[in-house]
Amino acid sequence: MAFRNYILVCGGTACESSHADQIYQNLLEECKAQGVADEVQIVKTGCFGFCEQGPIVKILPEDSFYVKVKPEDAKELISEHILKGREVTRLLYDKESSRKNARVEDIKFYQKQFRIVLRNCGFIDPENIDEYIAREGYQGLEKALFEMTSEDIIEELKTAGLRGRGGAGFPTWMKWNFSRQVEDDVKYVVCNADEGDPGAYMDRSTLEGDPHSVLEAMTICGKTIGATKGFIYIRAEYPLAIHRLEIAMQQAREYGLLGENILGSGFDFDIEIRLGAGAFVCGEETALLQSIEGKRGMPQPRPPFPAVKGLWGRPTVINNVETWANIPVIMTKGGNWFSKIGTHDSSGTKVFALTGKIRNSGLVEVPMGTTLREIVYDIGGGIANNKKFKAVQTGGPSGGVITEAELDTPIDFGSLVRIGSMMGSGGMIVMDEDDCIVDVAKFYLNFTVDESCGKCAPCRIGGRSLTNILEKITSGNGTLQDLDTLETIGEAMRKGSLCALGQTAPNPVLSTIKHFKDEYIAHIVDKTCPSGTCKKLVRYSINPEKCIGCTACARKCPVAAISGERKQVHIIDQSLCIKCGVCMETCKFGAVEIH
Amino acid sequence: MSDINEVTFSPELVAFIKEWKTKQGNLIMVLHKVQQEHGYISREAADKVAELLDVPLATIWGVVTFYHFFKLTKPGKHNIQVCLGTACYLKGGQAIIDELDKQLNLAVGEVTEDGNFSLEAVRCVGCCGLAPVMTVSGEVFGKVTKDQVAGIIAKFS
Repeated sequence: MAFRNYILVCGGTACESSHADQIYQNLLEECKAQGVADEVQIVKTGCFGFCEQGPIVKILPEDSFYVKVKPEDAKELISEHILKGREVTRLLYDKESSRKNARVEDIKFYQKQFRIVLRNCGFIDPENIDEYIAREGYQGLEKALFEMTSEDIIEELKTAGLRGRGGAGFPTWMKWNFSRQVEDDVKYVVCNADEGDPGAYMDRSTLEGDPHSVLEAMTICGKTIGATKGFIYIRAEYPLAIHRLEIAMQQAREYGLLGENILGSGFDFDIEIRLGAGAFVCGEETALLQSIEGKRGMPQPRPPFPAVKGLWGRPTVINNVETWANIPVIMTKGGNWFSKIGTHDSSGTKVFALTGKIRNSGLVEVPMGTTLREIVYDIGGGIANNKKFKAVQTGGPSGGVITEAELDTPIDFGSLVRIGSMMGSGGMIVMDEDDCIVDVAKFYLNFTVDESCGKCAPCRIGGRSLTNILEKITSGNGTLQDLDTLETIGEAMRKGSLCALGQTAPNPVLSTIKHFKDEYIAHIVDKTCPSGTCKKLVRYSINPEKCIGCTACARKCPVAAISGERKQVHIIDQSLCIKCGVCMETCKFGAVEIH
Repeated sequence: MSDINEVTFSPELVAFIKEWKTKQGNLIMVLHKVQQEHGYISREAADKVAELLDVPLATIWGVVTFYHFFKLTKPGKHNIQVCLGTACYLKGGQAIIDELDKQLNLAVGEVTEDGNFSLEAVRCVGCCGLAPVMTVSGEVFGKVTKDQVAGIIAKFS
């Protein structure tokens, strides 16, 4: 039966947190109450990506894009939009030019995006396999089972030029080929969904919005290399993604697309979920395999590589969620089609989680070769609150900062390394003038120190030493010699650490020293923190020209460090001040200044 | 061993452990289930898992202490998580922690005296668009300002 209208409600984690489920329930209720339940289909989809504006509701066929919807808006949406055919202007994305900018394709956030990985997110109900199948789902698997040999499939991936999206960018076809060539009666396929990079949620959204694409791809890999068993290693912190994967696996088994004798081909393949337990290092492939084996997630020396000797010593192909999600499309549209998207060195697209001090936070997918400027300004809408752009951080705790001067670099695996950062898994954090670069470096380093497994000395001891020096600098006790020491230790960690966690841990420090040496010197020589973040270096004072003597700050000061009569200029006693900043927050006249 | 308190596993938990006993790499999955039922993994619970899986306690304790997700102490009735992922950190996650400390006299990793709240600093809840984010007993609060903290905890007091 055809429906008159389709209402798509975002069911990603960010929107669910803002009561999207209640909106969905209310819409169902209202449709019943207003007698249109038979004419309207309401679908809870995966993430639309435009998280800044969530919860999002889209109504088809008009393609009206409603943002920041509240559960109590359901009644009006049904009575106005569905019954009377009038858009609810106040909820449309761009209210001023309502109809003109109400459509998805008119929204700047989406214009430069090109969706392969997120093709189904925000379109289909991830809990209904029929909707995935209706969008060419499982056609790639059918082709792999009945029309192509293992060699054909690997050749197709080679033509596509797909590289691993987990960070390192290793050619996917090579991994598969290594495993295929090893003779063994037991082999494994593993999906790395241990997205531990703080500020990144690409993989979670993909799994929540389109779980079948990963299941299909893993099954294709199983057939290619001769494996019958797959594992999805996913963070326990992602309950919604786990739930949707479980439903998807169940439905795929019922449809004969997973399990024994898939589609009558005689090929058996099944997948099991294994939960992570909050260890960042388990995103490293050898550590991840240890963890699936139920052990402490300690990285192992390579070679042997997992493709040859992996899980329980058997050949194991391990790819990241985003890599998997590309594969069904490559199978249906062909490697040639895929290779034409992006740059010569890096084909296809990349999903980024654009967050931080940006106007439009969210999930964006762009062709490789898009510049950072396009992402930050055209898609992201620039810096929030009219502040000044400072830097973009990519690659999370393993990456580096990119400054204004390099914003026009087209992004691909090679170009980001050349400018001192890396692709990483796709976190992209925008910083503005209020952020202290030394503090940011310290933040990342504290993270990696905390997450170091402790197995090898360069990472365990080097990381701690770097943190101590940064602590010294941010408390005003640094010396210029410290900058050289940071670089020497960083270089040693890079060369001597066992796994990528330790090898890349110094990157945030080294890259910020390279680009923002002045700011380090300000902390060391001038003993000041230009952005006012490092509390120990900050000095609050009251500007006599602005102070009207209202006494508000003096009353709020927890240590009674501010003195002054009513209607007289107030003064802060620096020997008593604990630099809590309450006076600055309290003053309505901007008289409290930070130095 | 008589001074160690006995711990009781529900029949479902025991059945789960039996079912997984023969599976390779079962330990982390079993520990998740224990924590789900008990809220944390006590020394006594670890002993019991060692007995049921026939694995040395040292192996179990090694795994429990390696992973942040496993808790060694009993959390409060309402567990508060404050996100300190990069986006939340830049947007003032630490200020929320400081405010909670001020309001509840509760430091990260501790439980209030009445056992009502515990506080955890976590990495990325995955709602970066809502930064800074805190959760109380699983309920997510986004774009939290310092001034809202008192109101949020009042809901759970």
